[in-house]
Amino acid sequence: MPNLTKPFKPSAPVLAVDDLRVAIHGREIVHGVSFEVPDGGCLGVVGESGSGKSLTVLSATGLLDIPGASVSGSSRLGGAEGDVRDRVEIVGASRRTLRSVLGRRVGFVFQDPGTSLNPLLTLERQLTEGPEQHLGMTRRAARQHALDLLDAVGVPDPADRLHSYPHQLSGGQRQRVMIAVALACDPDLLIADEPTTALDVTTQAQVIDLVRSMQADRGMGVVWISHDLGVIGQVADEVTVLRQGEAVERNDTLGIFDAPQHDYTRLLLDARPVLGHPRRMPEPAPQPLVGVEDLHVTFTQRADSGTRRILAVQGVSFEVPRGTTLGIVGESGSGKSTIAGVLTRQTPADSGSVRLGDVDVLAAKGKEGRDLKRRIAMVFQDPFAALNPRATVSRSISEPLRVHHLLPKRDVDGRVRELLELVELPADFAERYPHQLSGGQRQRVCIARALACDPDVLILDESTASLDVSIQAKVIDLLLRLQAELELTYLFIAHDLAVVEQISHEVLVMHRGRAVEHRSSAELFADPREGYTRSLLAAIPPVRPRAALG
Amino acid sequence: MTDAIETRQDPADDVVPVAERGPGTLRLLLRNPVSLVGSVVLLVVVLAALVGPWIAPYGVNDTDVSRALQGPSGAHWFGTDDLGRDVFSRVLVASRVSVEVALVSVGIALVVGVGVGLVSGYLGGITDGVLMRVVDVVFAFPVLLLALAIVAVLGPGLTSAMIAIGVVYTPIFARVARASTLSVRSEPYVQASRTMGTGNTYVVWHHVLPNISGPVIVQTSLSLAFAILSEAALSFLGLGVQPPRPSWGRMLFDAQDFVGVAWWLSVFPGAAILLTTLAFNLVGDGLGQVLDPKRRTQLAAQAGGR
Repeated sequence: MPNLTKPFKPSAPVLAVDDLRVAIHGREIVHGVSFEVPDGGCLGVVGESGSGKSLTVLSATGLLDIPGASVSGSSRLGGAEGDVRDRVEIVGASRRTLRSVLGRRVGFVFQDPGTSLNPLLTLERQLTEGPEQHLGMTRRAARQHALDLLDAVGVPDPADRLHSYPHQLSGGQRQRVMIAVALACDPDLLIADEPTTALDVTTQAQVIDLVRSMQADRGMGVVWISHDLGVIGQVADEVTVLRQGEAVERNDTLGIFDAPQHDYTRLLLDARPVLGHPRRMPEPAPQPLVGVEDLHVTFTQRADSGTRRILAVQGVSFEVPRGTTLGIVGESGSGKSTIAGVLTRQTPADSGSVRLGDVDVLAAKGKEGRDLKRRIAMVFQDPFAALNPRATVSRSISEPLRVHHLLPKRDVDGRVRELLELVELPADFAERYPHQLSGGQRQRVCIARALACDPDVLILDESTASLDVSIQAKVIDLLLRLQAELELTYLFIAHDLAVVEQISHEVLVMHRGRAVEHRSSAELFADPREGYTRSLLAAIPPVRPRAALG
Repeated sequence: MTDAIETRQDPADDVVPVAERGPGTLRLLLRNPVSLVGSVVLLVVVLAALVGPWIAPYGVNDTDVSRALQGPSGAHWFGTDDLGRDVFSRVLVASRVSVEVALVSVGIALVVGVGVGLVSGYLGGITDGVLMRVVDVVFAFPVLLLALAIVAVLGPGLTSAMIAIGVVYTPIFARVARASTLSVRSEPYVQASRTMGTGNTYVVWHHVLPNISGPVIVQTSLSLAFAILSEAALSFLGLGVQPPRPSWGRMLFDAQDFVGVAWWLSVFPGAAILLTTLAFNLVGDGLGQVLDPKRRTQLAAQAGGR
């Protein structure tokens, strides 16, 4: 047994990891991490991307599959009640041993429910695979078991759903199914690797509740990996903070929140988006720059069963004064991004009017139309996909300049340097390629590109949603500074109200294509009127960890 | 100033030199032993194609019946054929025909095929439907049958062989290019570019083309190899290069009567085809890796070179 200075619970740990080291091609990436998962308890592993949290947990459970990787140290999977016969050493175990353990005694839930379920198999096939393999269940028994599981994870109409394919479910439901698959063999240990990062806040709250209740019902241990201490506070009993492959702090959740010992832990705590920290005061409204009136957008979807009309946006109106931010919030599918599409003229509108200053956005043609594309720029959600992997940073940033022929060729390099400086990146980044940058750096490049032509309006479509919380906070600082310096007008589209509160002057809440609430940020957060707004607010992980509430 | 703690994204990140540019494309290519060997072979073949007629020890059509069907020796490295012609000289000189056919015919297929594929995949809709059905029709014919038909119309000869092979390979390029274009077209960076008001030509040229280059390069190197084989097959059937001009395929054709008595007649031209096609493939693979910025960083890191 590893030497543990601070025993957490008297019962034997489900997983005991001692001095785990992972090296890839001889370079050590995880430097001797130790932790224990108490039986029936939840260990939170927190750190930002690249801190080695997934690498650590995956190698501790024998799932690491990277050529040239070598794992040393020890990781022992103890049986329930610490039965010595059930004890398995994972590090260095044979494939045969691993096969008998994975799925049977350890279940996994990954970040993206869209890709971790097999799109070609029905839910029944995916749910019965484990029990038939490991528990020797018959088809019929496994089927009944699958039904019970779907019911347990709260998928409506399990009997019908059994024959569905993953694409027929929403993101949140898919993650529920993924959890059901992970629980199919009644494992002692559940590994959840950023299971809510790809979901919106309301769904995140539901998944957190689901995993907690499953944990309580089945008495299994859980390892929850996340970059967001706010989420960890809601699920974990004990927290390990990882930074660059080292465990910098280990404590129970209350201790981490109330008495953080390490600077890095404090930094992660401060970076959490929490409510009640508005940075924006309502200002006397100057002339509106963007005006949208009674906007309607419908899509036609052709399927074998006939065409279907989807009312994406129904009668939305708003105005945004110059130099201010309008936050647009709502769940995925609420029509937020459709509004961005109309403003950038990628999506045709059915009716209504959209104005930028005194230009009619929907009707503009020729030079006026081209000018609009210069005046309205957009920053996308995923900085990994929004940059051409074959173009250098300099080429990407200068693209709008070249497209609009705004500068003579010899001045382009100077402008690129200027823009890099504006987004706080060193000038030598110009010759790098996107894959050589981190997520936050890439998003800065995207912002620099959007700013290249001196736009009036910047549409930020979930631009901070896929970043780590610590980096998200910095990007928001940058956006606030840029707005003050350049008098930019922002349309900030997001599903996370805590982030929206920090940056917005006014907030528009969208639900199923309609604007349900549109007020100044201060009023809305102080006194949400609509039930839907309140449910969005309630979904945000609170400042205090769950443990503090007793 | 940059964020101190957000510099580490993936392990490759901190291996990358910050300010320096990586080693040049050619140096990186030649650092890989496999590509190096391929490049050397290819260089020899190209040199032979360029200066072959001048360095060949004997004339390609100098017959000497008294020395017919002699095995390899000091005087005739690759032996002599049934008319007493020096096989080494003929293999050397024939390399020009083979390289020419390969480059020209694949050039035709590449330009036309990628063009059709790009337009088809990028525009989609009716254009895509019409273009791809035409491509399907061409694709449906067996390769040699189509080449035979084209040669029959144009008359046998080197030019018609090149055109025929070019036409035969066009659908393959069109399909590869279209499939890749379809996936690249929906990438967020293409959408991002559109929101800036970028024209179609710019998007295709700067975003789509570089990102479909991987599969296209692999297809090109494969096709170069197959074009040499197709030329050999056409010449073998007497429809390609006409005698007395030597070509590797023609030599194989002539050698079939003597397979039992004079192995060198078929082995040496055959080996020339094998080596050249292999070299094209190896260099194509290496090039595909080196031109991809991501693979390139990994290669530079593995080699430990800056």
